[in-house]
Amino acid sequence: MKLGQPSTLPRWAQLTILPVLNLVAALLVTGVVTWLIGENPLECLKLLIHGAFGYGEGIGYTLFYTTDFIFTGLAVAAAYHAGLFNIGGEGQAYLGGLGITLTVLAFDKILPFWLLMPLCLMAAMIFGAAWAYIPAWLQARRGSHIVVTTIMFNFISYSVMLYLIGHHLIEAGSQNPTTREFGANSWMPAMQGMAAAIGVHLPNTPLNASFFLALIACGVFYLVVWHTRWGYELRTVGTNGDAARYAGMNVPKVIIVAMCASGALAGLAAVNELLGSTHRMNVDFTNGIGFVGVAVALMGRNHPVGIILSALLFGALTQGGLDLSFAKPLITREMVLLIEGLVILFCGGLENLFEPMLAGLFKRGK
Amino acid sequence: MEQLISLLDSTIRVSTPLILAALAGLFSERSGVVDIGLEGKMLTAAFASASVAYLTGNPWLGLMAGMAASMVLSMLHALVSVTYNGNQLISGMAVNTIASGITPVLALAWFQQGGNTPPLDDSARFQELTLPFADRLSDVPVIGPIYSNLISGHCILVYLTFLLVLPLVTWVVYRSRFGLRLRAVGENPHAADTAGISVARVRYLALMCNGLLCGMAGTFLSVYQTGSFIKEMTAGKGFLALAALIFGKWRPVYAVLGCLLFAFADAVQIRLEGVSLPLIGEIPSQFIQVIPYVLTVLLLAGFVGKAVAPKAIGIPFVKSR
Repeated sequence: MKLGQPSTLPRWAQLTILPVLNLVAALLVTGVVTWLIGENPLECLKLLIHGAFGYGEGIGYTLFYTTDFIFTGLAVAAAYHAGLFNIGGEGQAYLGGLGITLTVLAFDKILPFWLLMPLCLMAAMIFGAAWAYIPAWLQARRGSHIVVTTIMFNFISYSVMLYLIGHHLIEAGSQNPTTREFGANSWMPAMQGMAAAIGVHLPNTPLNASFFLALIACGVFYLVVWHTRWGYELRTVGTNGDAARYAGMNVPKVIIVAMCASGALAGLAAVNELLGSTHRMNVDFTNGIGFVGVAVALMGRNHPVGIILSALLFGALTQGGLDLSFAKPLITREMVLLIEGLVILFCGGLENLFEPMLAGLFKRGK
Repeated sequence: MEQLISLLDSTIRVSTPLILAALAGLFSERSGVVDIGLEGKMLTAAFASASVAYLTGNPWLGLMAGMAASMVLSMLHALVSVTYNGNQLISGMAVNTIASGITPVLALAWFQQGGNTPPLDDSARFQELTLPFADRLSDVPVIGPIYSNLISGHCILVYLTFLLVLPLVTWVVYRSRFGLRLRAVGENPHAADTAGISVARVRYLALMCNGLLCGMAGTFLSVYQTGSFIKEMTAGKGFLALAALIFGKWRPVYAVLGCLLFAFADAVQIRLEGVSLPLIGEIPSQFIQVIPYVLTVLLLAGFVGKAVAPKAIGIPFVKSR
């Protein structure tokens, strides 16, 4: 594996030209597919952009999805900096949701909002981190490959959650596998509510205060990874594990802590979904957000600013794609999955495709 | 007896696509290329084969199309992993995501049935074959039911898998010149390179075998089992096959045993649904579903035996200068 290796390009080019080039390549392929099924790609792109940014509600939904993807993107990036590929964000977010659900169901009749909310955030992070801890421990101490283990843990989490929701957490007398609605004192303040308090009118969307939480998480991520001793260890382990060991760093410990941080961030995505939007636990509420996180992190080059931008891109694709599928009966919202897959392919798998070309150009320039 | 035979019968049916996919993964991983894209290749093959079988009315043409579609993704994986020395895990994940995206998009555009293909006519599907004398032997005690209910009455792909593909793969991997090179390239590509073997060529060939077998696995699901393509119909079978491959420690016969074990667990679980057992009570189906994944995790961690992967797995081969 060649994760976290330094690049040959100047940093600014790495963060601007390369992602744009990859995105253009992905969109071109998608455009060809759109054209093949008999639609006009440019018209579809226009509809998609309008759906994502053209009107208030669209923007609200776009930012709501963006919040999910910032968290899962940061989760993937945290592990990536330690040279680990955490493909288990889906399961960690699911388990984070379990932590929230258990906390809310236990305390929402007793505790006030300002006590319950921090408790829920803690629970989401602890459950997510715990679910990531086991694969991390197995990798660090027993040498089993983290990717395979986290894939298996995703499946294990589906079964565990199906069982828990279906047999224990389900609302008494309900036919649907969901929990009861959470008490209103556990709801994350909605954006339109907060805006109304300062006299601004916003349309009703699931966008909520978790968005600010995501931005704060980005800031903390930046400070921790680039401006603390632990962040330095993290990046050293990711760049060269042997060098890190010779320098006296405790490599297994760094791996375990990185994965726990990763799991905790993935767990926070559940806050946005459960406390911000659905206000109850549903089966499959994660709906692939953990996997989108991989694309987001790869495209954002594992930097918080890049992650915010690429999360915004995927939020827009998700929301715009939904609108597009309503407008065009021949296009399904899975079109977004195709773009996501292509972005993963170009940014991650084929990273050696454009980079040498660009590097050559830069060298000639000098 | 009857219970047991029907249990084993469905074990064989469920295990067939797993075996094909696990053997596909075996080629790739034994050559040193990690393949977590089995799932996506099966899904794409299932779609392509169902579409072509529907349009032509011929299951064999469907099989060809399935193999071709899966081969395209396999070659994409090879391009990333072998030619561009990219990250094989990310490439596999890209394959899966692209497959989940493109199959419903094309299915909706071509058939307008919500991302599925229309149900296939009986003539466009692989049919269950009745072996000779199955009817006449069915009254003979012991042998009768085993022969006519367990061995007879599967589709041609099942017989192909057990009687042709499995022996062939085992022979190729352990007894043929290509197999020796395959394993050499997966264990120590530099040594193989020094001996004059083209690492890239062996890995490309391995991924071609991988594509063909994944194509068969996907075709089995859509053109035989369900009789149409359904969105996300592989439902984790590719990963289950990967688990079986690891469970079998990257060896063909053991991987197949792993597939049979997982398929048996699946067959048992379907029969136990809602049944209350003495002493234990009702076992939730999720408990049994989770077994293959837990076993794989334990095995990888060395708690139950030790699964040692091919040494060069996941590392791009860069020829030294």
